[in-house]
Amino acid sequence: MEILYGTWHWSISGFLIGVTMLLLIYFGKTFGMSSNLRTLCTILGAKNRSNYFNFDWREQKWNLAVVLGAILGGYFATHFLNGTDIVQLNPKTLQQLHALHIDLPNGKMVPDAIFSLDAMLTLKGFLILLLGGFLIGFGTPYAGGCTSGHAITGLSNLQLPSLIAVIGFFIGGLIASYFLIPLIF
Amino acid sequence: MKLLRFVLVGFIFGVVLTKSEAISWYRIYEMFQFQSFHMYGIIFTAIVTGVVGIRIFKKKEIKDYKGLPIEILDKEKARFRYIVGGIMFGVGWGIVGCCPGPIFVLLGTGVATIAVVLVGALIGNYIYGIFKDKIPH
Repeated sequence: MEILYGTWHWSISGFLIGVTMLLLIYFGKTFGMSSNLRTLCTILGAKNRSNYFNFDWREQKWNLAVVLGAILGGYFATHFLNGTDIVQLNPKTLQQLHALHIDLPNGKMVPDAIFSLDAMLTLKGFLILLLGGFLIGFGTPYAGGCTSGHAITGLSNLQLPSLIAVIGFFIGGLIASYFLIPLIF
Repeated sequence: MKLLRFVLVGFIFGVVLTKSEAISWYRIYEMFQFQSFHMYGIIFTAIVTGVVGIRIFKKKEIKDYKGLPIEILDKEKARFRYIVGGIMFGVGWGIVGCCPGPIFVLLGTGVATIAVVLVGALIGNYIYGIFKDKIPH
């Protein structure tokens, strides 16, 4: 049962993510999680603020259903498929985290240094979460998609724009990982 | 009940992202430090599966479940927006360790503070929507 409760192998995981995308195509839709941010803005009242939000959000009900499923899936996996030896990182990564004073996984998915309630209740911690989210929310529609829309769907469909976007994602990620994280922590 | 199939697809997606640890801040950090193949393996396998699947769809002219021909829209030709928007998203991804899908999945796993990231993302999306026509693409 360790296969089910432990860390799922990358090949099985990647295959199932590919299948997720193909299933949505078969259902006549396109895989893309960041579109839901726009839909949520429209529902929350942005509809008349810009033509970007002026669309019938009901067309996107299916995508909100995917979001609901994803939330339930996260809940289910955490409560019913939870193993003990999860998030086994490279020892070198652990050393670096230690040097940055970021707590090690020890079975957690995310570090307390960023995601604990205590961290959130500091001004710095709150701004990290809020600004990180802001960049994701502003950057994905600007780039026309995120990891699901560009890296998985776009590249699977051999789209050059998606390759450019994914290169951008990585430039940004490397800037964050090598310069900003050491600066912040 | 037409929506149920989408809830199911999302459910599989949420379970896979959680069990593969693609929602983990640690895994994203490890990926950007090039210290593990795990995340690259996931993305690479997903793309290979997608390329093969889409090829089969196109070659056999498979229809979707409604019997309509399957068409996947090409992405708009541009450069600036993909690079600049991509880098902005990438910086956010690298700092809080999650992209839009995992933000929702993490809510389900019980990481309550991810709600602040979600609020930030909605504000960012809103500001983009307001200034969309005023910024270069």
